[in-house]
Amino acid sequence: MSLPVLAQVVEVPSNVNHLFDWPEVLPLGINRVVLLMFLATLATFLFLYLPVRKARVVPTKMGLVVETMVDFVRNGIARDTIGSQSANYEWLLIPMFFWLLFLNLLEVIPLVNFPVTSRMAIPAFLAALVWVVFVFVGLKKHGLNYIRHSLIPPGVPKALLILVIPIELISTFLIRPVSLAVRLFANMIAGHIMLTVFFLTSASYFVLEPKAVAFVVPLAFAIVITGFEIFVGVLQAFIFTLLTAVYIESSIYVEH
Amino acid sequence: MEADAAALIGAGLAYGLAAIGPGVGIGIVVGNAVQAMVRQPEMAGQVRTTMFLGIAFTEALALFGLLLFFILFGAGG
Repeated sequence: MSLPVLAQVVEVPSNVNHLFDWPEVLPLGINRVVLLMFLATLATFLFLYLPVRKARVVPTKMGLVVETMVDFVRNGIARDTIGSQSANYEWLLIPMFFWLLFLNLLEVIPLVNFPVTSRMAIPAFLAALVWVVFVFVGLKKHGLNYIRHSLIPPGVPKALLILVIPIELISTFLIRPVSLAVRLFANMIAGHIMLTVFFLTSASYFVLEPKAVAFVVPLAFAIVITGFEIFVGVLQAFIFTLLTAVYIESSIYVEH
Repeated sequence: MEADAAALIGAGLAYGLAAIGPGVGIGIVVGNAVQAMVRQPEMAGQVRTTMFLGIAFTEALALFGLLLFFILFGAGG
C-alpha cells in the first residue's frame, strides 16, 4: 500500500507526534482544540441552563432529560460517595461531569471526530483543580491533622513508618492527580487512535481497490468501535467525577 | 541509529508488558463483581459502581504503559 495514493484522500500524519501539534486557526493561540473546548463549554452552559430556566410543575421533555442526568450526578455520584455533606461539592462535580461528557463525545460527532480531552492540558488542569480542592478540604476540616492522618494509616507498627510514610506521601499527593489526568487522557487518545486506524485502513482499501470488498471489514470494525467509544466517553466522564468525589470523601473522613 | 531502534523496541515492549497485569486484574475485578451481583442482585447497583472504580484503578497501570509508549516512540521515531 503506497502512501502517496492514500494522501490524495486523507491527510497522512508523518508520525504519531502529529497527534500532539496543531496550527493556530485564530490569533491569540486559538487552535482547533481551544475552539472545540469553547464550543463544548457553551454547549454545557446551554444544556444545563436553557431547558430548566423557568421552574415548571411539569418539566418539558428536554428539562426532564437534564433533570434526570443532574439527579444522577447529584445523588448517584455525589451523595452516595460523600454522604451528608455532598451539597457543598456539587458546584464542582455537576459542571465537571457535563463538561467532560461533551468534550469526550466530540470524538464520535461526525466532522469533528476529535476528543478535546485527548490533549493533556485539559485533564491535567482538571486533575490539578481536584488536587487543590481535596487538599484544601482536608486542611480546612482537620488542619495539620489532615497531613498526619493521611500519611500514617491507623494500626501500623512504629518500625514500619519509615517505609509507609513515603509510600503514602507519593500515592496520595502525587500518584492520585497524575493517574486521574493520565486515565482520562490515555483512554481518549487510545480510542481516537483506534478509530483513526480503522477508518484510514478502510479508506485506503477503498482508494486502492474499490472493486474488492475488503474495505468493508475495517469499516465494520470502525462502526462497532464508534459505539464502544460512546460508552467509553460516558464512562470516563463518570469515573473522573466519581474519583473526584471519592478523593473529597477521603479528605473529609481522613481518620478512617 | 541503534539508539532509535532500541527506543522503538522498548516502546513496543513497554506497552505490551504493561498490558499483562491490568488485563489479569480487570478480569479478576469484573469476574468477582459478576459473582457478587449474581449472589445478591439487590446490591447490583452498588457493586457496579465499585466495579468501575476498581477497573479505573487497575486500568491506570496499562495507561501509564501507553503513555510510556508515546514517550519512547517520540524518542525513537
